[in-house]
Amino acid sequence: MSTLRALARAQAVAAGVAQPVATVRHLHLATRPLVLVPLAMAGEAHAPLAALVGTAPDDARLLIVPQPRNRDQRFRFVTELAGIVLPWLDGFRGVSEAVAVDRGRDVRYRYVDAPQLWVPNPAGITFLRLLGRSTRFRRPDGDYPVHPAVPLLGRWLTFFAERAEQPGSSALLAMTDALTLHWATGQSAVEDLHLPALLGWIDPPAGWTGVAAAARAEDPGVCPPAGPATDPEFDNAALAPAMAAWAAADDDPAARDEAYAELVRLLRGQLAPTWELMWRGLGLLGALPPGARVAGRWAGDRDAFTGYAEHLDADGGPQPRRDGAVAAAVRLHRLERAATTYAVQRAYDDPLVMAEHRLTGEAFVGDVTLADPARVDDSGKRPVLRPRIQVVTTEPVRVPVGATLWSTARPGQKAKVVFVTPAADGRTEVVLELSGGMGRGLTAPPGSVPQVGERLCLTTLSEAFLPAGTFPTAEETPWTHGGPPVADVSTRSSAGLSSVVG
Amino acid sequence: MTSTAQRLAAIRGDAPPKRHNARTIAALTGNPGCSRRAVLDGAGVDKSALAERVGFPARFGQSRFAITRGNAFEAQVKADGGAELLRLVAQRLGVPVPERASWTDLGGADDLPDRRERSRAALTASGSEAALFDHPLLGLQVAGQRVHLEPDLVAARLGGRFHVVEIKSFPVIDGQADPAKVAAAAVQSAVYVLALRDLFAAEGRDPESVSHDVVLVCPRDFANQPVASLIDVRKQLLVLRRQLDRMARLDDLLTVVPTGFTADPAAEPATLAAALRTVPARYAPDCLAGCELAYFCRNEARGQTGALGRPVREALGGIAEVTEVLALATGERAADPEREEAAALLRAAARLRADALAGHPA
Ligand code: SF4
Repeated sequence: MSTLRALARAQAVAAGVAQPVATVRHLHLATRPLVLVPLAMAGEAHAPLAALVGTAPDDARLLIVPQPRNRDQRFRFVTELAGIVLPWLDGFRGVSEAVAVDRGRDVRYRYVDAPQLWVPNPAGITFLRLLGRSTRFRRPDGDYPVHPAVPLLGRWLTFFAERAEQPGSSALLAMTDALTLHWATGQSAVEDLHLPALLGWIDPPAGWTGVAAAARAEDPGVCPPAGPATDPEFDNAALAPAMAAWAAADDDPAARDEAYAELVRLLRGQLAPTWELMWRGLGLLGALPPGARVAGRWAGDRDAFTGYAEHLDADGGPQPRRDGAVAAAVRLHRLERAATTYAVQRAYDDPLVMAEHRLTGEAFVGDVTLADPARVDDSGKRPVLRPRIQVVTTEPVRVPVGATLWSTARPGQKAKVVFVTPAADGRTEVVLELSGGMGRGLTAPPGSVPQVGERLCLTTLSEAFLPAGTFPTAEETPWTHGGPPVADVSTRSSAGLSSVVG
Repeated sequence: MTSTAQRLAAIRGDAPPKRHNARTIAALTGNPGCSRRAVLDGAGVDKSALAERVGFPARFGQSRFAITRGNAFEAQVKADGGAELLRLVAQRLGVPVPERASWTDLGGADDLPDRRERSRAALTASGSEAALFDHPLLGLQVAGQRVHLEPDLVAARLGGRFHVVEIKSFPVIDGQADPAKVAAAAVQSAVYVLALRDLFAAEGRDPESVSHDVVLVCPRDFANQPVASLIDVRKQLLVLRRQLDRMARLDDLLTVVPTGFTADPAAEPATLAAALRTVPARYAPDCLAGCELAYFCRNEARGQTGALGRPVREALGGIAEVTEVLALATGERAADPEREEAAALLRAAARLRADALAGHPA
């Protein structure tokens, strides 16, 4: 927790309403997102109980499972869900654009838009991941055949769940994560996981303080939990008798219809309030202007969608249960790179995020007081353009001489620290030598070198491309690290559980 | 009755001390630094009733679906005299699966002393052939009281060593389970390991013959087929031991309790609330998942940075009150020397936040 964000929480307590921690929106908002609010049956291994799903506030489809312990009914639910999700996914496979690759020597294609899926909270993402896990290996033939749409949906849900692990991806988002990325409440992070309470702080009803709205939202009788876990009171007092009535009406069609209607009424009653909150949350996010680098990250999501759609077109198999050693290392490396890039991009896009880095000394803002844009360094084999500028700042400068800085205004230009000199009234003078971003000649084009009077934000955070790691191919992996691979994707490690025990 | 016991009885009111079980004992490790909790738990106060009475009822409901499912899975695993269970446990421990093992159900409707004696005799009897003991009655000393534990537990004796076997109905999927549930199961199992070790020690037997590796049996993937995993509970044992030792020194604890303090749920709510406030608490957001008084204490802790979570409090330089944080941040209040560093950071943070929100260039 940065001090800046912690301070925002303290300010929220005093103000009685959540405080912004971002000035721009750091995620992509789709024009046609699919909102999915799932409920799971308590005690079962991720058995779906019900879901509200749809792409517009007034277009909620309710799916229910009258008896989640019944396998056929569970798969009927998944088939129905696939009947909604798969056509929606296909809707994004119309128009492609060409993207130059390999320095323009080649092109590849990607869809101009991609699907975006929203669930209420991180537990909702886990639910989809496990729903994907429990369906992607099913087969339309063999002993327990399922509808062919079931394994296909399972693969897509797994795709989304894997994207959701990638920092900065907007393919599958949890509303609580999205909101806390932009607002700080006057409650703790655990309490922020409860969507009704979180929205109570961010957008309390007129005349209410955030704390009062959040307290009210904690009463499951007033605000049902946002799932996938149900309210135990609801299970015991309402759902269990209704399920029993449905089961008891086995051979009486009229009674069964009535019992089914009651289940529908009850489950809709639990889901509808969260459905409303989801669209309210989307509205709040939509009111923020997007950050400049959001579209670039969304292009990555579009690439991933295109790639996975092509994989499935080519009869690609389901994702393995577990990564092999090389795949796991590659994935970890990719996620770390994405996390770094995402953090840097958010800081470049948003002065309020950059302020967190200024507070820790990774960035400072100052005014250009001297500039020598024509300076040429001819000490080497051939002369090079190396302008120098002096920046004066009131902020603490914690970077050593020789360090390389970047300016948010000119991300392609390096600024090497040459001198750091303390000056009067706590100011610091920093002399920087610039390279890059000025063309190839010995004269800098206008605007490429900061001018006297310009205010700059200089930072150690770099947007420069991070090189991809190199990993051995699977065949080259020693057996101690899981290779050469066994073809059976179901190979399990026995060490897994202990690794989650602290 | 000793004077300590008398004081505890007075705190509790008329009611007999609340019975502990492994879950409540495990919960004692939740916020070990909190005196309020240690005193109430030590006195055996019914904290649920207390919380309800002061207007902040706890929300620890359990769905009956979950209970039904838990019972069904347990019955399934224990079926056939534990043959399947024996195989699972032996394989997980890496020992040959014994041809046969005795199955002793120590549960029953008879009197506690009889059951306790039966459990003691059966568990500590010499013998090294494979044996499974279901529903043993165990005991622990909690805050000077003898607490009986009646776990749905199997103690497995294999190769002369005992292992606690916990059967839980949450799934292990591709070798991974919900970390929070595994952690809770680990602490509960540690309670049983401790109780078993105490029993052995009392009989002059080697307590170390009870392993610190417990066997967790859960359904595997999305089916009902059980899978066994090993959990090392040494860390949990240490924490439990420390907290039980602390509660054993109740006299020390009672020094922070004013005379006349009552937590008798029959008393007037206003009296109770006022009395509770006289015993120092240490509210943290984790309390919401672990202590019946959480909503009361949270309400009391409003305006404190600790109520926002420990990372928030630390990031604010450890300053306890939100009002003080804000006064230091705006410079309204000058900091005393040892807070100067924290105050400077807060002032800088406040200035940077204000600047960025006002849209000043950065
Ligand atoms: S809820 Fe209150 S009494 Fe319970 S542990 Fe937390 S601070 Fe202590």
